[in-house]
Amino acid sequence: MAEQSGPDVVSMMDIRKSFPGVHALKGVSLDVKAGEVHGLVGENGAGKSTLIKILMGAYTKDAGTISIEGREVEIHTPLQARAHGLMAVYQDVMLARHLSVGENFFLGKLPRSRLGLIDWKKISEVTRETLEELDLSIDPRMLVRRLPPAQQEMVTIAKAVYQKSKLIVFDEPTALLTNEQVAELFTVIEKLKKKKVGIIYISHRLEEIFAICDRVTVLKDGERVGTSSVSETNQDALITKMVGRSVGEMYSIRRPERGEKVLEVRGLKREPHFRNVSFDVYRGEVLGFFGLVGAGRTEILRCIFGADRCEGGEVKLRGRQVTIHSPRQGVRAGIGLLPENRKAEGLAMSLGVDININLASYDLISRAGFVNVGREASRARSFVSSLNIRTPSIKRKVRNLSGGNQQKVVVAKWVSRESDIFIFDEPTVGVDVGAKLEIYKLIEMLLAKGNGIILVSSYLPEVMGLADRMLVVYEGAVTGMLGRSEFEEEKILRLASGIVGAGDNAKK
Amino acid sequence: MSAPSSNSGSRATLMGTLKFLHAGFAEGILILILLVFFVVLAFAAPSFLTLNNLSNLVRQVSIIGVVAIGMTIVIISAGIDLSVGSVVGFSNVLVAILMTHGMPIIPSILITLAAGSALGVFSGVLIHDGRVPPFIATLGMMTAVRGLLMLISDARMIAGLPRPFLNFAQINILWMPSLFFVWLVVIVLSIVITTLTRFGRNVFAIGSNAEAARLSGINIRFTLYGVYAFAALASSVAGILYTSRLANGIPTAGEGYELDAIAAAVVGGASLMGGEGTILGTVLGALIIATLRNGGNLLGINPFILQIAIGMLIVVAVLIDQLTKRNR
Repeated sequence: MAEQSGPDVVSMMDIRKSFPGVHALKGVSLDVKAGEVHGLVGENGAGKSTLIKILMGAYTKDAGTISIEGREVEIHTPLQARAHGLMAVYQDVMLARHLSVGENFFLGKLPRSRLGLIDWKKISEVTRETLEELDLSIDPRMLVRRLPPAQQEMVTIAKAVYQKSKLIVFDEPTALLTNEQVAELFTVIEKLKKKKVGIIYISHRLEEIFAICDRVTVLKDGERVGTSSVSETNQDALITKMVGRSVGEMYSIRRPERGEKVLEVRGLKREPHFRNVSFDVYRGEVLGFFGLVGAGRTEILRCIFGADRCEGGEVKLRGRQVTIHSPRQGVRAGIGLLPENRKAEGLAMSLGVDININLASYDLISRAGFVNVGREASRARSFVSSLNIRTPSIKRKVRNLSGGNQQKVVVAKWVSRESDIFIFDEPTVGVDVGAKLEIYKLIEMLLAKGNGIILVSSYLPEVMGLADRMLVVYEGAVTGMLGRSEFEEEKILRLASGIVGAGDNAKK
Repeated sequence: MSAPSSNSGSRATLMGTLKFLHAGFAEGILILILLVFFVVLAFAAPSFLTLNNLSNLVRQVSIIGVVAIGMTIVIISAGIDLSVGSVVGFSNVLVAILMTHGMPIIPSILITLAAGSALGVFSGVLIHDGRVPPFIATLGMMTAVRGLLMLISDARMIAGLPRPFLNFAQINILWMPSLFFVWLVVIVLSIVITTLTRFGRNVFAIGSNAEAARLSGINIRFTLYGVYAFAALASSVAGILYTSRLANGIPTAGEGYELDAIAAAVVGGASLMGGEGTILGTVLGALIIATLRNGGNLLGINPFILQIAIGMLIVVAVLIDQLTKRNR
């Protein structure tokens, strides 16, 4: 990867963007040269996707300039970004799945023959040529949904090539790919480089950054920490740049004495998501679950709760072996799941606060099928006041509450059920700082009541700050179980990236 | 009682129930529209406010009103039931066949209700266990059940039903047709089911967000079976009333009822997206549509123009709902 002396394909200067309550980008600059693969790394929330969304016209920047091939441009819509030759390849592929590969290439501008009919021959020829340029053997007539995800991704890339894109952004392109497919992807990326296409490559997997990128930029808290050539840096240095933050007193919660063992999991398995997962949860402790997106954290917990089927392994609750095949059994066994995507999985948005709070408890407050409406209301009211849920009335539709208050309603649902174990899956995503603190207070309160808590978070400072012990998963396997005294950002990130050095083997 | 900030509610139970019935301002608007219709028609058509006409109107609306209530519960669960009209026809024919073959009235009715409900459970199995979309499952049921009733009736009218059974639809209680009281019982029962029972809560929860309901431990299977069984049971009741009213088993009975029922529910504020809707709203919706039809006839309005008006009413009702929602 020789010296990159080519002109800048894209140059973003001093880009700023804030959302209500958050400065997502505080003046970030990034330039990509023709034929260069530029890695972009940082923790979740560092501002990577905000930056890309601005470039792709999904968000509008507050300040800063974007130049394409030296000329300053304004990008306000995805269409404009496309017109400037910018294209992004996301994890969830953006293709019309029910159409053929060729139709997807020509979507919106299908060529016509002299008779005014669709020129299928031309579609096939052009599509095949483009695919062959990238050494891909995919039939242009194949329906996209019949292709495996990896091939769909290749089709998206080929489409970008056909549209003469000047810059292609890859956002976590390997999340769904096997090792061979990753190799295939890299071959295609090398070909794109030869065609002088500029590439921004976002990945959590640092080894990929070093395998394919020329330069790498690290973002942290909406700022650029540094840009360097990959030959002049190493994984350790990058990790230090990505974290290197003092854990504020934000996470200082009162920790009670650890109580008895409440949950015991042995050899849990669900291929291809995870295997051989064992751990314990004690009363009065927070067990942190850390791993990169797609490492299988959520899958493991959904399985314990009964939302998905497990293939093997055993679960003991309060010392007794249980079989949980449905969320109903999970709920009755005393497990509460606060799902990652609360809008889709946690809340009935069109219903009132009262119904949502009682949603998991109607079996407790009904007799002969009739709801005790008085208890329903009084329970709702008491949790609205004890969790400080800001709502004008308990009949208010949850849809009309803020994100933080919605999250509190989900918490109330499980607290009111008097579950023993609470699984918090990314509880602070999309909530502001104030609501975050209130959620931490809730965790404190649950601990004081002797509950066991499993906390899943992609935000390392949060897990490190709150957890008593931490379980690290990488690609569906437990790579480490650390006690609080062993929490070190670098060590955790290494375990989570599957890089287990000589000194820090998984213990205990 | 201890919460000073929230509702005034010391009589929490009663107030809570009343508030639930009143869920929003939507019913208020519907009542207003109905009143306007009544006042205008009372002046425009002298025969409108006569006992004879009103009891006729109520007789017309009661049967479809019962079907519409079943439909409402399905719609709240984010489903749809296109088979209700065929179940009306099936029950109409079945009860007539049973009675003409000498079975006493009460057993005939009970068997018909059971058979009707069974059809609903079958739809529920298709939808929950077969994962067939409700629209498709009940479209299939609509066609198949109509075929079934043609088969058992040989596509012929069935006459010669027992006197006491036929008299039922003709008698008045306190100047109101008996059919109205059946509707009233169904209304009250359904209000209790939707507002006071666990089943009712589950229906709303599934309609609002089925995955969240599942992850909260709600029994989706039982609830969905119940929803479609209830709609079919209501349609069965309507079918039996229809038999009594028209004195015959009529193979075409109930054709098109599914659309009238959906119209009543939608005008009454139920959302086809699920999770929203009230029994009272549907009752008012059915009354508004029936009054429009009845008044139009009395005024001698061209029936086709009347049809256009009813069509527009449905659209406008939803439009107003959408606009008010956007502003909030």
